[in-house]
Amino acid sequence: MSEVSIYWLQQVLNALQLSSIYALIALGYSMVYGILTMINFAHGDVFMVGAFLCFLAATLLDLPFVPTLLLTMTGAALLGVLIERLAYKPLRNAPRVSAIITALGVGLFLENLTLAFYPYPQNVPTLIENINWDLGGVSLSSLQLIIISLSLTLMLVLDYVVQRTPVGMAMRAISWDKTYVPLMGVPVDLIISITFAIGAALAGAAGTMYALAYPVIDPYMGIMVGWKAFIAAVVGGIGNMRGAMIGAFILGGVEIMVVAVLPSTYRDLVVFSLLLALIVIRPHGILGQPRVQKV
Amino acid sequence: MRATLGVFWDRLMEQRWLLPLLVAVGLALAFAIPQFRLVNNYVQLVMILAGINIILATSLNLVNGYMGEFSLAHAGFMAVGAYTSVLLTLHVFPVAAYPGLFHLSVLAGGLVSALLGLLVAIPSFKVRGDYLAIITLAFLMIVKSALENIDVIGGPRGISGIPRLTTLPLVFCWTVALVWLLRNFVYSSFGRGVLAIREDEIASELMSVDTKRVKVLAFMLSAFCAGIAGALFAHLLQFISPRVFDIVKTTEILIMVYLGGIASIGGSIIGATLYTILLEVLRPSTVAGLLSWLPAVVFDPLNEHFIRHLGVLRMIIMPLLLVLVMLYWPRGIMGMRDFRGFIPLRDRLAHRAATPRGPTRNGTADSH
Amino acid sequence: MALLIATKVRHHFGGLCAINDFNLELHQGELMGIIGPNGAGKTTVFNLITGVYRASEGSIRLRESELVGMTPHQITARRIARTFQNIRLFRDLSVLDNVRIAQYSKTRYSPLEALLHLGRFRREEQRIIEHSRDLLAIFKLEHLAGETARNLPYGSQRRLEIARALATGPELLLLDEPAAGMNPAEIDQLMDFIRWIREQFQLTILLIEHQMQLVMGICERIKVLDFGETLAEGTPEAIRNDPWVMKAYLGAEAVG
Repeated sequence: MSEVSIYWLQQVLNALQLSSIYALIALGYSMVYGILTMINFAHGDVFMVGAFLCFLAATLLDLPFVPTLLLTMTGAALLGVLIERLAYKPLRNAPRVSAIITALGVGLFLENLTLAFYPYPQNVPTLIENINWDLGGVSLSSLQLIIISLSLTLMLVLDYVVQRTPVGMAMRAISWDKTYVPLMGVPVDLIISITFAIGAALAGAAGTMYALAYPVIDPYMGIMVGWKAFIAAVVGGIGNMRGAMIGAFILGGVEIMVVAVLPSTYRDLVVFSLLLALIVIRPHGILGQPRVQKV
Repeated sequence: MRATLGVFWDRLMEQRWLLPLLVAVGLALAFAIPQFRLVNNYVQLVMILAGINIILATSLNLVNGYMGEFSLAHAGFMAVGAYTSVLLTLHVFPVAAYPGLFHLSVLAGGLVSALLGLLVAIPSFKVRGDYLAIITLAFLMIVKSALENIDVIGGPRGISGIPRLTTLPLVFCWTVALVWLLRNFVYSSFGRGVLAIREDEIASELMSVDTKRVKVLAFMLSAFCAGIAGALFAHLLQFISPRVFDIVKTTEILIMVYLGGIASIGGSIIGATLYTILLEVLRPSTVAGLLSWLPAVVFDPLNEHFIRHLGVLRMIIMPLLLVLVMLYWPRGIMGMRDFRGFIPLRDRLAHRAATPRGPTRNGTADSH
Repeated sequence: MALLIATKVRHHFGGLCAINDFNLELHQGELMGIIGPNGAGKTTVFNLITGVYRASEGSIRLRESELVGMTPHQITARRIARTFQNIRLFRDLSVLDNVRIAQYSKTRYSPLEALLHLGRFRREEQRIIEHSRDLLAIFKLEHLAGETARNLPYGSQRRLEIARALATGPELLLLDEPAAGMNPAEIDQLMDFIRWIREQFQLTILLIEHQMQLVMGICERIKVLDFGETLAEGTPEAIRNDPWVMKAYLGAEAVG
């Protein structure tokens, strides 16, 4: 293989790693939007808490990778449900903007609370033995392999849950109609909580993987990564889960490619400009359905 | 007794001279305070900050409250105003020789910012709600990212060595002038158009409201005010960098707006003032000073466990406060209402004569 | 003299053809009704005339000007106003403001004059208030000027909606099911009322209605629409006796 193609293959691999993390977070945004038509702006900070939980499990409890991951996902899921029950549920019938503000407030609260405990960036210990394989010039690390395959597995599981199980059917039913579905005996509150739990657990998993891949973590890390994942969800068509995954892979790809050819400071500029262009040209994303307003 | 007071209060509020009088007294104070050192520099600084925050909150309320959109771009407009005016002050206008030119650079900051407001208004023709929120966010991020990538203006390091030209009387004048402009706008046919768009955009069009024009005007006016605020802020801080104007700054302004209440000028003034003061009061040194009269037995443990950590604690308290306000007080302090003094007399009369007895409703309600 | 002429108007949503070869000639001062079953495309006709939708083909002319391609507010400013099937007031605003907003296009001051509170702005505002109060008085809503629209009883909301439409200063008024939710006695009153505002404001009126009592009672001409196509058109008597209409729309019992 030529130098150039090896270089680009390597970039594609890096993009896949970043994209899988974005995808896991984007799914949480999209699931909540699908069911409540609400942008959960605190989601990026649940991801951040996930990263810190991973850090705590690894340093204080000295746990290996798999228990750390499970613990983080459980912790994040609990946090997600707690936020939903305490902060969002009372506002379900309030103007939508109240819920958005509350979500921003919850996010800021989580950031500053974490900051109170960890004012400085923390180093996450290595949990996975780092092996590098050389595939004809392209290097693949064990960590990369785990991140990509684990994310894909989680996404396949989620897709199965949403498409094939009663819980998934209830979720889709609620996102379709909130007036009559409860009358059919669907426990709306429970399903909404489950949605938040699943979304948050995925963000927790993303936090763990992010912390292992980019091992310096700080309380504000969730803002940017969260926004990026949110963009991914929008690009794919928010509320549409397969769209979220596609959006994440497009976004991750664009980011890595921009950095490959331009100074890295241009990354956000390009990403946000693309977002702007996309919304103006195709406001409902790649897989999203426009909502028709009746007169 | 209460009833008599109530009547007196009502009478007082009806007086046409009340608001001009308050403004005149305020203006006199604004000039007197620095002249005769009536308060220390720190209190003066807090007053200036409150003025700037009032401009920011009232102008954001135009878009987020009156129009019912959710814009996150306000810090971006601030940044544009700040950078424009600072560059003019430092490199174009001989401000050292002619201090009056500083006012021009502030004004220019507002105007350039208003032009960018036009850029955000255009997508708002097609896109509303969450998606417009995303567009405004993208705008904010693009402004910040663009500033970081222009080396001539300091890139991520920003600009320092800005002369401190923002004074209390200047901020007072700008605040009064801009609040007056916003109030005039809100109570004009354009302002009513803005309200109509919030209620029902299609019905507004069918009732002859040129919604595109109204949106452009609202966004530009809002951005103009934010640009002025940014210019004043920059010449107060004496240092600006793209990081000063990030999403956290926007969030702060959002807190002020929603704490004070949407679609209310008086609410935004209260919200901004309250927020500014609260943020300062919650400093460890301030609280320690306020409670220093307590006996040492009480004060020392309080200080040890609570006051000393306030620097961090207040960062946790503020967002918590926002969430609590939204949960238990979703309309904010005076959502959808306003001080009678801010509502033009003709509007009050037109609404009132109709309901000869009983309290007046909708908009003309009093604050208490 | 023809006030509004629609020729060969077609409109489709995606693949669905909502209006097909729609023709209409409305004369000045006329009161015409459009009837037809649900989904016949009646409201779509209103949406096409008022510019909410843009006709896929054909032309709609008001006197000399072509309306297709204009935005709704431009069309309203050319003196066409409408009400809605499901009342669409500005619910959280005052009754007065509902009527004032509808005078947007008749307001003669610039943004700058408004911002600086100049003389013309103040005079215009005063004029708008007076005109609004006159209108509210006509509709017996004056005592409710400061009330929030959503708090009004249903009947008053219907009246306010017509008052708001008239505030735009129309010569052509489109009424979308004005009798919805009314009992026969109220419908009688409404008929008198519609005749009266036509006199008072010199209006041409086009209305959509299911309620036969009203349509047969006041319309001078009736157009029957089904699946986007015109089934019949004529005087109330002609429509009542048109066998095709009786079968397709008025139903079997009308035939018997």
